Amino acid sequence: MNDLRAGAAVALAIAGKDARAELRGRQIAGSTLFFATLVLLLFGFALGPDARRLAEAAPGLLWLAIVFGSLLTVARLHQLEAEDGALEELARYPVGRHAIYLGKLLAGFAAILVLGGVLLPVVGILYGIDLAPAWLALAATLTLGAIGLAAVGTFYAGVTVRMQAREVMLPLLMLPVIAPLLLATVKATTAALAGNPLGDLAAWLQLLLVFDVVMVVAGATTYGHLLEE
Amino acid sequence: MGTRVLGIVALVAVVAASLNALFLVPADVNQGDAQRIMYVHVPSAWLGYLSFGVTALAGIGYLWKRDLRLDAIAVAGAEIGVMFTAFAIWGGMMWGKPVWGVFWQWEDPRLTTTALLLALYLGYLLFRRLTDDPHRRAARAAVVGIVAAVDIPIVHFSVEWWRGLHQGPTFGSPDKLLHPAAPALFVVALVGMVVAFTLAWAWLMIRRYQLARIEWQIEEHGRLGRISAARRAARTPVAPTDGAAERV
Repeated sequence: MNDLRAGAAVALAIAGKDARAELRGRQIAGSTLFFATLVLLLFGFALGPDARRLAEAAPGLLWLAIVFGSLLTVARLHQLEAEDGALEELARYPVGRHAIYLGKLLAGFAAILVLGGVLLPVVGILYGIDLAPAWLALAATLTLGAIGLAAVGTFYAGVTVRMQAREVMLPLLMLPVIAPLLLATVKATTAALAGNPLGDLAAWLQLLLVFDVVMVVAGATTYGHLLEE
Repeated sequence: MGTRVLGIVALVAVVAASLNALFLVPADVNQGDAQRIMYVHVPSAWLGYLSFGVTALAGIGYLWKRDLRLDAIAVAGAEIGVMFTAFAIWGGMMWGKPVWGVFWQWEDPRLTTTALLLALYLGYLLFRRLTDDPHRRAARAAVVGIVAAVDIPIVHFSVEWWRGLHQGPTFGSPDKLLHPAAPALFVVALVGMVVAFTLAWAWLMIRRYQLARIEWQIEEHGRLGRISAARRAARTPVAPTDGAAERV
């Protein structure tokens, strides 16, 4: 029980440090939000100007933009740690490695949640969708999706952080793994926006939950091997 | 020596099983000769999955024992698995065109899962190529391989739902062909191919494992080797005008 509490304290401390660094420096939010909004705008040019087609594709486009934005987010969060050998220092502390992983995951989760929270209304405006009636289901989908993206992204950012080709390797490793998450979030968002006519919203949220649990456990148990030199 | 015998046995088995599947077994009533692709497709898919299972288990073993020989098994599994998986997808597409009318059938969970499987392990191999230190590469590749293996059942499950929650399966998937009512001749031909391919797989795995160990020795002694080669070159008499000895 004490171990659990100590681990949670470490994770919160790491996430808090990242949050403070971000609030002071605003290194990640600006560029990521701009990039993801740009992606949504370009999807509009690629598929528009037929408003109905855009509205139909909106859940898929939204989640692709969130996925691309979260790639930048998790990479940058780990890059901060690798500069000046901070990650090596962190690895030397007598704390569980899984706590370090959970801390970085928490920071990534918060950042992706903000990203999704901004992109949702942007999608509503750009693609002409009324989000208000489905806000609760959308919030649940976004939360579960952000946990999964942060869990997988933090793990692969740790895998690639010391590589020279990390900008290429991170998406190549991460994107195939999150395919089921993309599928489930898009289906859940589609169901939520349509008012859940087929009653399958809960099933997709459950699948997301399973994905999140499996990936958080897999990441927490293996992340320690990435810090070894 | 044993490996050579295995290689010869595998070669004879593959040729014999192929001749049987091509000429002795009659063509399928509905699909015609296109159905014969299945005799290559099914063993390839099975060996793809088997190889990646071996890679994941060898990765777990490496993290436990820290023995680079286990890493050599992991890389053998990944490379040979990519080959058989690509072969299975290619065969599936060749079969899909005449039977389904399309190369790519999004509603077939097997096809989409296998395509993602291929992407996961191509990433794994690329990752290995871009990491230099043998132990660091082995440990990271091991965790990447484990997470990829954990992801596969979720991928399959999600794609199955993707189709299932919306409409019933429109097309028969290949396992319909293995229906209990399938004539014994078909079953025997398929089992023969699976056994022959698995023998060939075992031979390839052993050879690739041996090759990985040689590669590792070259990496380990690469620097030493370069020095002794330079010494040898310096001792060899060279025409003094071309300056080759100085360049070495």
